Amino acid sequence: MSVRSRIIAAMRQVAEEQKVTLPSLNDDVSLHETGFDSLAFAILVARLEDELGVDPFTLSEDVTFPLTIGDFIKAYENVPA
Amino acid sequence: MSPRDTALRDHLGPELKGRTLSDARQQVSLTDILEHSCLGDRLGELSDSSVLLSTSDQLTSGLVMIELDGVARRMLLCPPDLNPAHLQSLMQDAEIDAVVTDHPEQWSGADGRRIVQARQSAKTAAKARTERATEWLMLTSGTSGVPKIVGHTLEGLTGAIVTDVSAARSNAAVWATFYDIRRYGGLQIFLRAIIGGGSMVLSSVGEALADHVARLQSHGVTHISGTPSHWRKLLMSGSVAGFSPRYVRLSGEIADQAVLDGLRAAFPNASVGHAYASTEAGVGFAVNDGREGFPASLLGRRDGVEMKVVEGSLRVRSTRTAHAYIGRSAADLTDTDGFVDTGDMVELRGDRYYFVGRRGGIINIGGLKVHPEEVEAVINRQPEVRMSRAKSRRSPITGAVVVADVILADDQDAARCDEIRSRILADCKASLAPHKVPAVIKFVSSLDITAAGKLARRDA
Repeated sequence: MSVRSRIIAAMRQVAEEQKVTLPSLNDDVSLHETGFDSLAFAILVARLEDELGVDPFTLSEDVTFPLTIGDFIKAYENVPA
Repeated sequence: MSPRDTALRDHLGPELKGRTLSDARQQVSLTDILEHSCLGDRLGELSDSSVLLSTSDQLTSGLVMIELDGVARRMLLCPPDLNPAHLQSLMQDAEIDAVVTDHPEQWSGADGRRIVQARQSAKTAAKARTERATEWLMLTSGTSGVPKIVGHTLEGLTGAIVTDVSAARSNAAVWATFYDIRRYGGLQIFLRAIIGGGSMVLSSVGEALADHVARLQSHGVTHISGTPSHWRKLLMSGSVAGFSPRYVRLSGEIADQAVLDGLRAAFPNASVGHAYASTEAGVGFAVNDGREGFPASLLGRRDGVEMKVVEGSLRVRSTRTAHAYIGRSAADLTDTDGFVDTGDMVELRGDRYYFVGRRGGIINIGGLKVHPEEVEAVINRQPEVRMSRAKSRRSPITGAVVVADVILADDQDAARCDEIRSRILADCKASLAPHKVPAVIKFVSSLDITAAGKLARRDA
């Protein structure tokens, strides 16, 4: 499974647990529109760290937090393995 | 003789026969113990001394405690896991001028302190007499830094015992504990055995749990204590079949409903009770109704112990609390009214208080607080779970999230991990605020337990 599809799967899982109805997950959808609160994002990032072995948002101090789903996925794809 | 001037030896005598103190290697008769000594003829040299007691085994320490009590000015009990780097500072703080040890060669540079070798107990002509009330010094079991020295008297240490001595004497109790007797929880059981007229079976370093339990069984142990972590480990080991104590006691950590129920199922003929005690606060109370937490009616003054809850933490005042921290820069042990702040946080639900965790162990999730123990209590309710540990993991979004490591009761359930995880999450969601629900649940085969028998919480 690609990094992208694993992230999407994890998002759907968290959404189901948090009783959040996701919009269609296109790259230009803003993270705000997903309906995730900060706790849901914190859970998502913690799980992805276990699944993908990285947390791009604490790797370096100057990473800005992404605004769209596309940026969010790119943050993971751009991390050297 | 008033209780103040009564020492351990005054509770021992030849009138009660067949009493023993044993570990995996040897068994010593308590019946004629007063005619024996581990110190050769050197006990007199330790009169009015401040003695550090450091032996490799509990049995020798126990026998020497009986000899020193009422003779030495002070004795400092060294638990086996004491970091040697802290010894110098502890000895200075406790004004130690003599060391009793079974390894005198390790003490060659003891700065002029008297070194007395502890050997196997042997018959002696010298008859020891109680001369004074010895101060008992114990070390706190905190995980970081130099432990604190806590000062007790025998009278305070035995305050919760004296009342049930007559019952124990008539029932010939055989005591055991998973604790080391050089720690508060273990010392309580040792003192019950000595004063209550019973025998005691000690644990031995490096002994396999199954061998330990076999020994408890062959000695007919009737009363046994340990931390909830000790007990969960025993329940997981599959070694309990055939072991049938009359009284099972938990202390030192929060006893949740799952471990209480687990013990009741494993020991259907035993009374299962949990006690609240700490090195500083002494024995507060025991709860024997099989339920977690304690009745709110225990607050106030009862049986010589006064308890109140201030800012969420349990405060205890009684003659059983320690009398002071000992040392050059020792903090006050009690507030100006004589209450010890235990740092154990409680919550009132209905007519009962429940322990929710330690003040220092709080995890902060984006400004909202959670005690790892309250999360563990919910996880442990699942029938497939034996024990769990909730902890903090740093998060770039909320500062921290709660994550949990879980041990299953039965390895065969490993194939059902996903299903069990979903059920744990659903139960946590139903019972806990959203920020307290673990973000990640991992199944593990073991969790670290400290030398003091508690779940290790280094990074919590």
